Amino acid sequence: MNITLSVNGEERSADVEPRRLLVHLLRDDFGLTGTNVGCDTSSCGACTVLMDGESVKSCTVLAVQADGHDVTTIEGLAATARAGDGDATALHPVQQAFHEQHGLQCGFCTPGMVMATVSLLKENPHPSEAEVRLGLEGNLCRCTGYHNIVRSVLAAAGDLPKSEEVPA
Amino acid sequence: MGILGSRVLRVEDPRLLTDGGTYCADVGDRRLAGAVHAAYVRSSVAHARLLAVDVEAARTCAGVVDVVVGADVDLAPIPGWFNPAMVRTHLARDRVRFVGEPVAVVLTERPEQGEDAAEAVAVEYEPLPPLVDPMAALTSEVRLFPEVGTNLVCEFGAPAGDGPDALDDCEVVVRQRLVNPRVAACPLEVRSSAAAWVDGRLHMWCSTQNPHGVRGALAMLYGVEDADVAVVAPDVGGGFGAKIDLHAEDLLLPWLARRCGRPVRWLETRSENLQAMVQGRAQVHDVAMGGRRDGTIEAYRLSIVQDAGAYPTMGAYLPMMTRSMAAGTYAIRVVEADARVVVTTTPPIGAYRGAGRPEATAAIERAVDLFAAEVGMDPAEVRRRNLLPRFAEPLTTTTGETYDCGDYPAALERALEAAGYQELRAEQRRRRQRGDHVALGIGIAAYVEVTAGPSGGSEFARVQVRPRPAPAGGPDGVDGVDVVVGTGSSPHGQGLDTAFAMLVADGLGVPIERIEVRHGDTDAVPRGGGTMGSRSLQLGGSAVRAAADDVIERARRVAAELLEAALDDVEHDAGAGTFRVVGTPAVTRTWADVAAAADSQGAPLAADHDFQVEHPTYPFGVHVAVVEVDTETGDIRLVRLVACDDAGRILNPLLAHGQRHGGLAQGAAQALYEQVAFDAHGNPLTATFADYPFISAAELPSFELVDLETPTWVNALGAKGIGESGTIGSTPAVHNAVCDALAHLGIRHVDMPCTPATVWQAIRETGRMKHQRS
Repeated sequence: MNITLSVNGEERSADVEPRRLLVHLLRDDFGLTGTNVGCDTSSCGACTVLMDGESVKSCTVLAVQADGHDVTTIEGLAATARAGDGDATALHPVQQAFHEQHGLQCGFCTPGMVMATVSLLKENPHPSEAEVRLGLEGNLCRCTGYHNIVRSVLAAAGDLPKSEEVPA
Repeated sequence: MGILGSRVLRVEDPRLLTDGGTYCADVGDRRLAGAVHAAYVRSSVAHARLLAVDVEAARTCAGVVDVVVGADVDLAPIPGWFNPAMVRTHLARDRVRFVGEPVAVVLTERPEQGEDAAEAVAVEYEPLPPLVDPMAALTSEVRLFPEVGTNLVCEFGAPAGDGPDALDDCEVVVRQRLVNPRVAACPLEVRSSAAAWVDGRLHMWCSTQNPHGVRGALAMLYGVEDADVAVVAPDVGGGFGAKIDLHAEDLLLPWLARRCGRPVRWLETRSENLQAMVQGRAQVHDVAMGGRRDGTIEAYRLSIVQDAGAYPTMGAYLPMMTRSMAAGTYAIRVVEADARVVVTTTPPIGAYRGAGRPEATAAIERAVDLFAAEVGMDPAEVRRRNLLPRFAEPLTTTTGETYDCGDYPAALERALEAAGYQELRAEQRRRRQRGDHVALGIGIAAYVEVTAGPSGGSEFARVQVRPRPAPAGGPDGVDGVDVVVGTGSSPHGQGLDTAFAMLVADGLGVPIERIEVRHGDTDAVPRGGGTMGSRSLQLGGSAVRAAADDVIERARRVAAELLEAALDDVEHDAGAGTFRVVGTPAVTRTWADVAAAADSQGAPLAADHDFQVEHPTYPFGVHVAVVEVDTETGDIRLVRLVACDDAGRILNPLLAHGQRHGGLAQGAAQALYEQVAFDAHGNPLTATFADYPFISAAELPSFELVDLETPTWVNALGAKGIGESGTIGSTPAVHNAVCDALAHLGIRHVDMPCTPATVWQAIRETGRMKHQRS
């Protein structure tokens, strides 16, 4: 089937089998390898991207379902921050927060975690710690123990307690 | 104050956050152009004679380039550790010994074609009795290796005989059988590798913790020199010990590449990973602890049965570490530990964060709590009475292990204070008096562990300083220097690029932005020990620091010429990053001057250093866990986890805290949730992430870290390893907390993982017992 979708603001087309997953379309057909596959049961969230601004697990979306939609991957995230900013090295506030709060170690879960965070904060701009933890239940990480990921999300929301801005 | 000891953000982050990193499956090297994709066909039975593997239908599937079975493979098989006769072929030949063992491999043009073709391979098994329980394996007539005649891989030490022993003289003795459950390492990036032969050289890309080790293993297997093998570890998405050694699937890849004349790539699925990657822990413990009614512990015995899985590999070695660390943080007059290692029809056991040391701590910390309960004393007080006092000189324990330095009492007091221990006990008492159905449990664990073990080690570093040409129009044609650091360490999340850049920046007096750290490429870095066993900062960091010092020495010589001074009169000012004559501080030369001069002499500034140390280091700490247990439903909530960890002098608290957080989560997960389970037939029950209870953010609190630094004398950095400590203290702290929550109901012990079902069942049992008594 021929499909056309917007990926990180650019129109892309492909001819795919109906069973092809969006994550494989992005990785293997479009060369956007930032999005990762971490499991085969839709459990880990490493494949999380934005579709029409909302987080989806791209391993559980068929490529044909993305036909005609807008997809944003980690590679496109900074660009959305840079638009109108002029600074070519600027990071999206969520990326910046993950950097400042040491919210990543090996980095494999990170693209999915960051995209899920962008979506979470869009829905709930000032989540409590409990809401962050529950909201990221579908994004697994083995390295960080989630502690600094939670801090990254709160920091991105501007809600890290002032006294804790430099973490212990 | 310099940069050392400060919170420096990671240089690794921008790339990982913007392009998502380049993991093995992402690699687009031109040498892999035209690669075929390997898909393994795996055994669906735990134990069977392999009668036939019919590949004819598979050969006709779309995109199939080749299908290979065990009989085709003429590679030397893998001897079993400690028992070489327990041998493993890369593809099973006449017998399979665990569900998931590879029996065939399909090579296809595209990966999804491999999934299809693998399903078309027809395998005929003659089932044999499975053997899942390691205790049963000791005596079972079911033998995985009939020609070997036993399931016993090896033994360390001697089990307690029937005769008198030190425990007999004790006023109080507690005994308990404990289980340290098998867990899955679950790195978020599954196994992946790629092989290509180019001009007679083997190029291997591999998600590994140990590229130079991989190079050596491949060179030996394929009968080539190390120089003929080039290994690249790209970004690696977590290892945790499970990616130290190559698995059979990786080892076979170069053979497949040679056979089909094309590069071969392999990326497993998570289900395969949960079936066939080496798993962790899996020890059964019989503990006995004896002492006096006043709380003094006099004797401790630990008997270990290690489940090695179907083919003994590093798992067979781990009980040696468990034995050596059996005495823990205590002054106990008699400590005896023995171990027997057995094979079972389950996936092989390997290293997993802590690798033998969490097991030692879990055993003794549970024993201490049982002992405390028996003598009716607060478990904190029992620990206080028995901890080794603070020591700064080497101390040899009853098991013959020589600890470097430690202050266990300080760790205990700091952790208890941070936890608010007395108030927690008061709250526990209040709830019990009120008859609250939500019980509070407090668990303590004191640990000491060995890093860069068992006996120290070595690591390689290279530091090169080159002048950076100034942009056109610059003053003297040079704009500072660029420093390239090569390390034999192989980070996979630890942030060593940042840590080592800090060490070199501080040593040389060069801005950290000018320093690039390279690793994971055996053609770029000649030798190395990889990253495992919490060795990299203490060994790799010491090596880069020493190499930087060596470069400073070379630079001083060049500077002396430029300054027209005697070498002895020239000093390096690390703060300013300059060279000057002692006594005339105004006259200096910069790194750029010196590097440019060295280059023009045909001797660029560079130094190699092999750092070697014969002694491991012993980080330690105390963790306090607080849980709530709903005694009506069995539901358990981890409310707080307080961790005091001492790993000597901390280079970058950002990185150290991150390592501690990760370990704490994994340790708590083993105590409460994670266990690799099999049914009676040896079928895996937890072979997907839908079944394996991988802990999420929703199950964990934020951690409370308490810092303590007792610098080691073992290396100039004063640094011990921190990477595994979190896992070691937290598991028994959480386990003890759950048992503590249930103690007032007359429950003495529940096994890990302390799931709601386990807890609820234990509570019901006591209810039944009460009924029977009344």
